[in-house]
Amino acid sequence: MKMELIQPFINSADAVLAQSLQCETRVGDVSMEEETYRRKGVAAIIEINGDIEGRIILDTDPRTAMHIAAHLAAGEVEASDDLVRETICELANMVIGNAITSLNDQGFRFKISPPQVHAAEQGLSGNEETEALVMCFETPKGSVFMNIAMHYNRRRKEERTAAVAG
Amino acid sequence: MEQFAALVRAKDNKPLRYLIVDDSIFARKNLAKMLESFGGEVAGEAGDGCTAITEYERLHPDLVLMDITMPQMEGIEAAERIVRQYPQARVVMVSSVGYQENIVAALQKGARHFVQKPVKADVLYEVVRYVMGDDVLTPQTVGAGGQ
Repeated sequence: MKMELIQPFINSADAVLAQSLQCETRVGDVSMEEETYRRKGVAAIIEINGDIEGRIILDTDPRTAMHIAAHLAAGEVEASDDLVRETICELANMVIGNAITSLNDQGFRFKISPPQVHAAEQGLSGNEETEALVMCFETPKGSVFMNIAMHYNRRRKEERTAAVAG
Repeated sequence: MEQFAALVRAKDNKPLRYLIVDDSIFARKNLAKMLESFGGEVAGEAGDGCTAITEYERLHPDLVLMDITMPQMEGIEAAERIVRQYPQARVVMVSSVGYQENIVAALQKGARHFVQKPVKADVLYEVVRYVMGDDVLTPQTVGAGGQ
Protein backbone atom coordinates (compact mmCIF):
# COMPACT_ATOMS: atom_id res chain seq x y z
CA MET A 1 0.00 0.00 0.00
CA LYS A 2 1.46 3.33 -1.07
CA MET A 3 2.12 6.10 1.44
CA GLU A 4 0.34 8.58 -0.84
CA LEU A 5 -2.85 6.63 -0.07
CA ILE A 6 -2.25 6.30 3.65
CA GLN A 7 -1.11 9.78 4.61
CA PRO A 8 -4.48 11.52 4.01
CA PHE A 9 -6.15 9.02 6.36
CA ILE A 10 -3.56 9.64 9.08
CA ASN A 11 -3.88 13.41 8.71
CA SER A 12 -7.66 13.24 8.66
CA ALA A 13 -7.98 10.93 11.68
CA ASP A 14 -5.57 13.12 13.62
CA ALA A 15 -7.47 16.31 12.75
CA VAL A 16 -11.00 14.94 13.19
CA LEU A 17 -10.25 13.24 16.52
CA ALA A 18 -8.44 16.33 17.83
CA GLN A 19 -11.26 18.65 16.80
CA SER A 20 -14.12 16.40 17.87
CA LEU A 21 -12.62 15.42 21.22
CA GLN A 22 -10.94 18.82 21.72
CA CYS A 23 -7.67 17.22 22.70
CA GLU A 24 -4.20 16.34 21.49
CA THR A 25 -3.86 13.00 19.73
CA ARG A 26 -0.79 10.90 19.07
CA VAL A 27 -0.19 8.28 16.42
CA GLY A 28 0.82 5.13 18.31
CA ASP A 29 1.58 1.70 16.92
CA VAL A 30 1.41 1.10 13.17
CA SER A 31 1.44 -2.47 11.92
CA MET A 32 0.61 -4.60 8.91
CA GLU A 33 -2.23 -7.00 9.61
CA GLU A 34 -1.36 -10.48 8.46
CA GLU A 35 -4.07 -12.38 10.27
CA THR A 36 -7.79 -12.05 9.64
CA TYR A 37 -9.04 -8.86 11.22
CA ARG A 38 -10.68 -9.20 14.61
CA ARG A 39 -12.56 -6.18 15.91
CA LYS A 40 -11.70 -4.74 19.28
CA GLY A 41 -15.16 -3.61 20.28
CA VAL A 42 -17.35 -1.00 18.65
CA ALA A 43 -16.41 -0.80 14.97
CA ALA A 44 -17.67 1.02 11.88
CA ILE A 45 -16.82 -0.06 8.34
CA ILE A 46 -16.85 2.08 5.22
CA GLU A 47 -16.34 0.69 1.71
CA ILE A 48 -14.56 2.61 -1.03
CA ASN A 49 -15.16 2.11 -4.76
CA GLY A 50 -13.52 3.78 -7.74
CA ASP A 51 -9.86 4.42 -8.60
CA ILE A 52 -9.09 2.95 -5.19
CA GLU A 53 -11.08 0.07 -3.77
CA GLY A 54 -11.26 -1.50 -0.36
CA ARG A 55 -12.57 -0.83 3.08
CA ILE A 56 -11.66 1.03 6.23
CA ILE A 57 -12.66 0.10 9.77
CA LEU A 58 -12.61 2.50 12.71
CA ASP A 59 -12.58 0.54 15.92
CA THR A 60 -12.37 1.15 19.66
CA ASP A 61 -12.87 -0.94 22.76
CA PRO A 62 -16.36 -0.55 24.31
CA ARG A 63 -15.15 1.60 27.21
CA THR A 64 -13.38 4.09 24.92
CA ALA A 65 -16.40 4.20 22.61
CA MET A 66 -18.63 5.01 25.58
CA HIS A 67 -16.26 7.78 26.77
CA ILE A 68 -16.11 9.30 23.29
CA ALA A 69 -19.91 9.18 22.88
CA ALA A 70 -20.43 10.71 26.32
CA HIS A 71 -18.00 13.51 25.52
CA LEU A 72 -19.63 14.29 22.18
CA ALA A 73 -23.15 14.00 23.55
CA ALA A 74 -22.16 16.18 26.54
CA GLY A 75 -23.90 13.72 28.86
CA GLU A 76 -23.85 10.19 30.17
CA VAL A 77 -24.54 7.30 27.82
CA GLU A 78 -24.85 3.57 28.41
CA ALA A 79 -22.40 1.15 26.79
CA SER A 80 -25.36 -0.60 25.16
CA ASP A 81 -26.80 2.66 23.84
CA ASP A 82 -27.25 2.89 20.05
CA LEU A 83 -25.76 6.35 20.34
CA VAL A 84 -22.36 4.78 21.11
CA ARG A 85 -22.38 2.83 17.83
CA GLU A 86 -23.78 5.86 15.97
CA THR A 87 -20.98 8.03 17.32
CA ILE A 88 -18.26 5.67 16.10
CA CYS A 89 -19.98 5.44 12.69
CA GLU A 90 -20.11 9.22 12.39
CA LEU A 91 -16.49 9.56 13.48
CA ALA A 92 -15.55 7.05 10.77
CA ASN A 93 -17.63 8.99 8.26
CA MET A 94 -15.85 12.25 9.10
CA VAL A 95 -12.35 10.73 9.10
CA ILE A 96 -12.81 8.94 5.79
CA GLY A 97 -14.79 11.73 4.16
CA ASN A 98 -12.06 14.25 4.92
CA ALA A 99 -9.37 11.84 3.70
CA ILE A 100 -11.07 11.14 0.39
CA THR A 101 -11.63 14.85 -0.07
CA SER A 102 -7.87 15.23 0.05
CA LEU A 103 -7.29 12.24 -2.27
CA ASN A 104 -9.90 13.54 -4.68
CA ASP A 105 -8.04 16.84 -4.85
CA GLN A 106 -4.99 14.76 -5.90
CA GLY A 107 -6.96 13.36 -8.83
CA PHE A 108 -8.34 10.09 -7.47
CA ARG A 109 -12.02 9.47 -8.11
CA PHE A 110 -14.14 7.25 -5.93
CA LYS A 111 -17.24 7.02 -3.79
CA ILE A 112 -17.78 5.88 -0.24
CA SER A 113 -20.71 3.97 1.17
CA PRO A 114 -22.55 5.13 4.30
CA PRO A 115 -20.81 3.70 7.39
CA GLN A 116 -22.11 0.42 8.76
CA VAL A 117 -21.67 -0.99 12.23
CA HIS A 118 -19.17 -3.82 11.87
CA ALA A 119 -20.64 -6.50 14.10
CA ALA A 120 -18.90 -9.62 12.82
CA GLU A 121 -16.18 -11.03 15.01
CA GLN A 122 -13.87 -11.26 12.01
CA GLY A 123 -13.52 -9.04 8.97
CA LEU A 124 -11.58 -9.14 5.76
CA SER A 125 -7.97 -10.11 5.98
CA GLY A 126 -5.22 -8.46 4.02
CA ASN A 127 -3.82 -10.23 0.99
CA GLU A 128 -1.24 -9.67 -1.68
CA GLU A 129 -3.38 -7.05 -3.41
CA THR A 130 -5.19 -5.66 -0.41
CA GLU A 131 -2.77 -5.22 2.43
CA ALA A 132 -4.30 -4.21 5.73
CA LEU A 133 -2.60 -1.51 7.76
CA VAL A 134 -3.59 -0.94 11.37
CA MET A 135 -2.93 2.38 13.07
CA CYS A 136 -3.55 3.31 16.66
CA PHE A 137 -4.43 6.88 17.63
CA GLU A 138 -3.91 7.60 21.30
CA THR A 139 -6.42 10.05 22.79
CA PRO A 140 -7.24 10.99 26.40
CA LYS A 141 -10.47 8.98 25.99
CA GLY A 142 -8.57 5.85 24.94
CA SER A 143 -7.15 4.28 21.80
CA VAL A 144 -8.87 4.50 18.44
CA PHE A 145 -7.78 1.98 15.80
CA MET A 146 -8.01 2.46 12.06
CA ASN A 147 -7.68 -0.61 9.86
CA ILE A 148 -7.15 0.19 6.18
CA ALA A 149 -7.30 -2.46 3.44
CA MET A 150 -7.38 -1.03 -0.06
CA HIS A 151 -5.68 -1.21 -3.42
CA TYR A 152 -5.59 0.58 -6.75
CA ASN A 153 -8.31 -0.47 -9.14
CA ARG A 154 -6.07 -2.05 -11.80
CA ARG A 155 -8.42 -1.35 -14.73
CA ARG A 156 -8.85 2.29 -13.71
CA LYS A 157 -5.11 2.65 -13.15
CA GLU A 158 -4.38 1.33 -16.65
CA GLU A 159 -6.91 3.73 -18.12
CA ARG A 160 -5.32 6.64 -16.26
CA THR A 161 -1.82 5.62 -17.36
CA ALA A 162 -2.98 5.27 -20.98
CA ALA A 163 -4.67 8.66 -20.83
CA VAL A 164 -1.49 10.31 -19.50
CA ALA A 165 0.67 8.55 -22.14
CA GLY A 166 -1.76 9.44 -24.94
CA MET B 1 -21.90 24.69 24.08
CA GLU B 2 -21.04 28.22 22.99
CA GLN B 3 -24.05 30.54 22.88
CA PHE B 4 -24.75 32.82 19.93
CA ALA B 5 -26.93 35.86 19.42
CA ALA B 6 -30.34 34.44 18.53
CA LEU B 7 -31.29 34.44 14.86
CA VAL B 8 -34.96 35.20 14.28
CA ARG B 9 -37.13 35.47 11.18
CA ALA B 10 -37.43 39.05 9.95
CA LYS B 11 -41.09 38.63 9.01
CA ASP B 12 -42.38 37.68 12.46
CA ASN B 13 -39.44 37.68 14.92
CA LYS B 14 -39.97 33.96 15.52
CA PRO B 15 -37.15 31.40 15.73
CA LEU B 16 -35.82 30.01 12.44
CA ARG B 17 -37.27 26.55 11.74
CA TYR B 18 -34.85 23.90 10.49
CA LEU B 19 -35.09 20.47 8.86
CA ILE B 20 -32.04 18.31 9.59
CA VAL B 21 -31.31 15.49 7.14
CA ASP B 22 -28.61 12.98 8.01
CA ASP B 23 -28.56 9.19 8.24
CA SER B 24 -26.58 9.47 11.48
CA ILE B 25 -28.66 10.03 14.62
CA PHE B 26 -25.51 11.31 16.29
CA ALA B 27 -24.94 13.90 13.55
CA ARG B 28 -28.57 15.04 13.75
CA LYS B 29 -28.36 15.46 17.53
CA ASN B 30 -25.11 17.37 17.20
CA LEU B 31 -26.53 19.75 14.59
CA ALA B 32 -29.74 20.17 16.61
CA LYS B 33 -27.72 21.29 19.64
CA MET B 34 -25.89 23.87 17.54
CA LEU B 35 -29.07 25.21 15.95
CA GLU B 36 -30.74 25.51 19.34
CA SER B 37 -27.73 27.49 20.56
CA PHE B 38 -28.50 29.88 17.65
CA GLY B 39 -32.02 30.31 19.04
CA GLY B 40 -33.49 28.07 16.31
CA GLU B 41 -36.17 25.42 16.37
CA VAL B 42 -35.72 21.96 14.86
CA ALA B 43 -39.00 21.49 12.99
CA GLY B 44 -38.12 18.00 11.82
CA GLU B 45 -35.49 15.40 11.05
CA ALA B 46 -34.99 12.87 8.27
CA GLY B 47 -32.56 10.01 7.81
CA ASP B 48 -32.58 9.79 4.02
CA GLY B 49 -33.33 11.85 0.92
CA CYS B 50 -36.82 10.45 0.28
CA THR B 51 -37.99 11.27 3.79
CA ALA B 52 -36.38 14.69 3.48
CA ILE B 53 -38.62 15.54 0.53
CA THR B 54 -41.83 14.49 2.29
CA GLU B 55 -40.77 16.28 5.47
CA TYR B 56 -40.00 19.45 3.52
CA GLU B 57 -43.46 19.34 1.92
CA ARG B 58 -45.04 18.85 5.34
CA LEU B 59 -43.05 21.36 7.35
CA HIS B 60 -41.84 24.06 4.93
CA PRO B 61 -38.83 24.91 7.13
CA ASP B 62 -36.82 28.08 6.71
CA LEU B 63 -33.61 26.13 6.14
CA VAL B 64 -32.62 22.54 5.39
CA LEU B 65 -29.29 21.07 6.48
CA MET B 66 -28.64 18.11 4.19
CA ASP B 67 -26.02 15.37 4.38
CA ILE B 68 -24.76 13.97 1.06
CA THR B 69 -23.92 10.29 1.55
CA MET B 70 -27.14 8.62 2.67
CA PRO B 71 -28.99 5.38 1.92
CA GLN B 72 -31.89 5.21 -0.57
CA MET B 73 -31.49 8.71 -1.98
CA GLU B 74 -28.37 10.84 -1.64
CA GLY B 75 -28.53 14.41 -0.44
CA ILE B 76 -27.68 16.14 -3.71
CA GLU B 77 -30.57 14.45 -5.51
CA ALA B 78 -32.94 15.24 -2.64
CA ALA B 79 -31.82 18.89 -2.67
CA GLU B 80 -32.39 19.07 -6.42
CA ARG B 81 -35.92 17.66 -6.11
CA ILE B 82 -36.85 20.00 -3.28
CA VAL B 83 -35.51 23.09 -5.03
CA ARG B 84 -37.11 22.11 -8.35
CA GLN B 85 -40.51 22.00 -6.68
CA TYR B 86 -39.90 24.85 -4.23
CA PRO B 87 -37.44 27.31 -5.81
CA GLN B 88 -37.44 29.44 -2.67
CA ALA B 89 -36.15 26.50 -0.57
CA ARG B 90 -32.87 27.10 1.18
CA VAL B 91 -30.72 23.99 1.38
CA VAL B 92 -27.23 23.87 2.90
CA MET B 93 -25.20 20.72 2.28
CA VAL B 94 -23.37 19.36 5.34
CA SER B 95 -20.94 16.56 4.56
CA SER B 96 -17.54 15.14 5.41
CA VAL B 97 -16.93 14.70 1.69
CA GLY B 98 -15.95 18.20 0.63
CA TYR B 99 -14.12 17.85 -2.66
CA GLN B 100 -14.70 20.41 -5.32
CA GLU B 101 -16.80 18.26 -7.69
CA ASN B 102 -19.23 17.45 -4.90
CA ILE B 103 -19.57 21.07 -3.89
CA VAL B 104 -20.04 22.26 -7.47
CA ALA B 105 -22.61 19.53 -8.16
CA ALA B 106 -24.56 20.47 -5.02
CA LEU B 107 -24.55 24.17 -5.88
CA GLN B 108 -25.58 23.45 -9.48
CA LYS B 109 -28.52 21.41 -8.21
CA GLY B 110 -29.75 24.30 -6.10
CA ALA B 111 -27.97 24.07 -2.73
CA ARG B 112 -27.11 27.50 -1.33
CA HIS B 113 -23.94 26.61 0.59
CA PHE B 114 -21.69 23.81 1.78
CA VAL B 115 -20.32 23.08 5.27
CA GLN B 116 -17.72 20.39 5.81
CA LYS B 117 -17.87 18.00 8.78
CA PRO B 118 -16.79 18.08 11.54
CA VAL B 119 -19.04 21.13 11.75
CA LYS B 120 -17.79 24.11 13.73
CA ALA B 121 -20.64 26.01 15.37
CA ASP B 122 -19.25 29.44 14.48
CA VAL B 123 -18.88 28.45 10.82
CA LEU B 124 -22.44 27.09 10.68
CA TYR B 125 -23.76 30.23 12.37
CA GLU B 126 -22.19 32.47 9.73
CA VAL B 127 -23.44 30.24 6.91
CA VAL B 128 -27.00 30.39 8.27
CA ARG B 129 -26.81 34.18 8.47
CA TYR B 130 -25.39 34.40 4.96
CA VAL B 131 -27.92 32.04 3.39
CA MET B 132 -30.92 33.61 5.14
CA GLY B 133 -29.76 37.09 4.14
CA ASP B 134 -32.33 39.81 4.81
CA ASP B 135 -34.87 37.25 5.98
CA VAL B 136 -33.08 36.84 9.31
CA LEU B 137 -32.49 39.30 12.12
CA THR B 138 -30.04 39.27 14.99
CA PRO B 139 -30.62 41.31 18.17
CA GLN B 140 -28.42 44.11 16.81
CA THR B 141 -30.44 44.44 13.62
CA VAL B 142 -33.71 44.14 15.57
CA GLY B 143 -32.57 47.04 17.77
CA ALA B 144 -31.35 49.15 14.84
CA GLY B 145 -34.66 48.68 13.07
CA GLY B 146 -36.61 49.82 16.09
CA GLN B 147 -34.79 53.14 16.57
